[in-house]
Amino acid sequence: MSPTTARQIGDDLLRPLLHTSWRFYLVVALLGGIVASGLGAWAYQVYQGFGVTGIRWPTYWGFYVTNFVFWIGISHAGTLISAILRLVNARWRRPVTRCAEVITVFALMIGAMFPIIHLGRPWLFFWLIPYPSERQIWPNFRSPLVWDFFAINTYLAGSLLFLLLPLIPDFALVRDRTTGWRRKIYGVLALGWQGTTKQWHRLESAMQIMAIAIIPVALSVHTVVSFDFSMAPVPMWHSTIFGPYFVAGAIFSGIAALIIAMAFLRRFLHLEDYLHPVHFENLGKLLLMMSLLWTYFIFAERLTVWYGNEPSEMAVFWATQRGEFAPLFWTMIVCNFVIPFPILSLRRLRTIAGTVVASFTVLVGMWLERFLIIVPSLSHKQLPYSWGVYRPRPVEIIITIATFAAMALLYVLFSKVVPIISIWELKVGGQSMPVVTPKEEREADGLWRARP
Amino acid sequence: MRALYGLYSHPDSAQRAVDALRVAGVPDRQIVVISSEPFEEYEFSHRDKATWLYKIACLGGATGLAAGYWLTSTTQQAWPLATGGMPIVAMWPNLIVMFELTMLGGMLATAVTLFVTAKLPSPKPALYDPEVSDGKILVGVEEPPGSVIDAVKQVFEGAGLREKKK
Repeated sequence: MSPTTARQIGDDLLRPLLHTSWRFYLVVALLGGIVASGLGAWAYQVYQGFGVTGIRWPTYWGFYVTNFVFWIGISHAGTLISAILRLVNARWRRPVTRCAEVITVFALMIGAMFPIIHLGRPWLFFWLIPYPSERQIWPNFRSPLVWDFFAINTYLAGSLLFLLLPLIPDFALVRDRTTGWRRKIYGVLALGWQGTTKQWHRLESAMQIMAIAIIPVALSVHTVVSFDFSMAPVPMWHSTIFGPYFVAGAIFSGIAALIIAMAFLRRFLHLEDYLHPVHFENLGKLLLMMSLLWTYFIFAERLTVWYGNEPSEMAVFWATQRGEFAPLFWTMIVCNFVIPFPILSLRRLRTIAGTVVASFTVLVGMWLERFLIIVPSLSHKQLPYSWGVYRPRPVEIIITIATFAAMALLYVLFSKVVPIISIWELKVGGQSMPVVTPKEEREADGLWRARP
Repeated sequence: MRALYGLYSHPDSAQRAVDALRVAGVPDRQIVVISSEPFEEYEFSHRDKATWLYKIACLGGATGLAAGYWLTSTTQQAWPLATGGMPIVAMWPNLIVMFELTMLGGMLATAVTLFVTAKLPSPKPALYDPEVSDGKILVGVEEPPGSVIDAVKQVFEGAGLREKKK
């Protein structure tokens, strides 16, 4: 790639870092206000007690656990997709990967907050930690919640490394392009990166290993989250299909979130030269595939329950098919299949606008899906005397809305301080690739070995 | 440290400079190539390919696996809850924690090895030029032996010879 083109790429992608418009402050103020109201609602809940929520016997898991599962699912967008595309060396991935990896990190951070919010008395969190206390607390180390702790934290640590390691060369670039306090800060973040051949090779090898390791971890995370449910003898939870069903749903919602984030970045950071319609088309195809897979899982799960005709499961089944949860269930089907399927199937409709519309409906549908997994089962347990109703209260609704604002706010702030598209990877993508066939590749490899 | 270097706009020129330095008798370990992107298609980027990164990652994974087994079995024995006839140290559920710690060990070992072998963080890089960030490729020789200094200068003359003194 010529230095002129390389410089142009740097200029374009560093523009959001170096220039700030009034729109940025407006967006930050708006989102910050919503996040502040969410924090206020949480403070109110802590002060007044958990009774201000709609969570009460027999439905002890409501909006908070729904949000937990939803955000952990959203986190599957980034690192998993990025790792897969990196391993298969998909050249179109280069502008997409960092946008995606950022979603993972922030979604995990937001998702991991909900068990704390759900505790009611978060200052007693340390009771969960096994320490020699007079109260003889004996935590159950076989509990699926312990698996959650390890799976989520491993995924968060791996995703952070996966995001941060390729950032080092870009920090070095920002260091060289800035002056004053910015230069000092980015100089520290660049860790003294030079760009020697050895450093590049080590970085690429490390990313290869991380990509291989992070894929099974990503799959395990949502499988383990599904185990929170499927390990319990609750109607329509105790199912072997839950692991892959949750993973498919997570990837489905994750891709939708990625498409929406990319569309906003493209529009507001003027990245039209880097985020092309083909990126949305390719991700749209992936979204279509996941929509079909998700529909297949829903059908398989529902058919098995219906054919088994077990009374306690049928109570939940009919509550969602034609009972009090039916409007939500059918809205979910419309959002996850009926709307996205035609939009994403027809090439004419698989445009940027089309994929964004489909992604919005998928996000709504997938949030409803998480809600419909949790609440109908808990409110229709085996014995009818333990049936109940769950109605979310304002405090839960405000906190839920605030988490969406928090995600957007973190994303906006991140893209303000870090190049949201990997500059060095984009430059590599711009290099001419003379080796095109496996035969030519072998010949070139032989030439490299033959040289001194 | 003293270093001589030139800045090249195209990787082909950088490759020719590296080849010319070798012909001039400069040892490979003293030739430095610095760029703002990796150039996998060029031979100069393949000089430092030998690495223990993969083996160390496996070792980190094995350490994580052992730590996972130790953690799960020790905690379950230290807090022996009534399990209704099921084993106190239950391998099926423990496999999950062991798997996660295996992967965590592998990833952390990879990151640490990257930092150590790439010599990061490095407060003051020995040889660097900010023009690299604009797409230039720096080819340099660190501590050039006295016998080849003239030849090295000749190689870099076309690219604007530059010198870095201690």
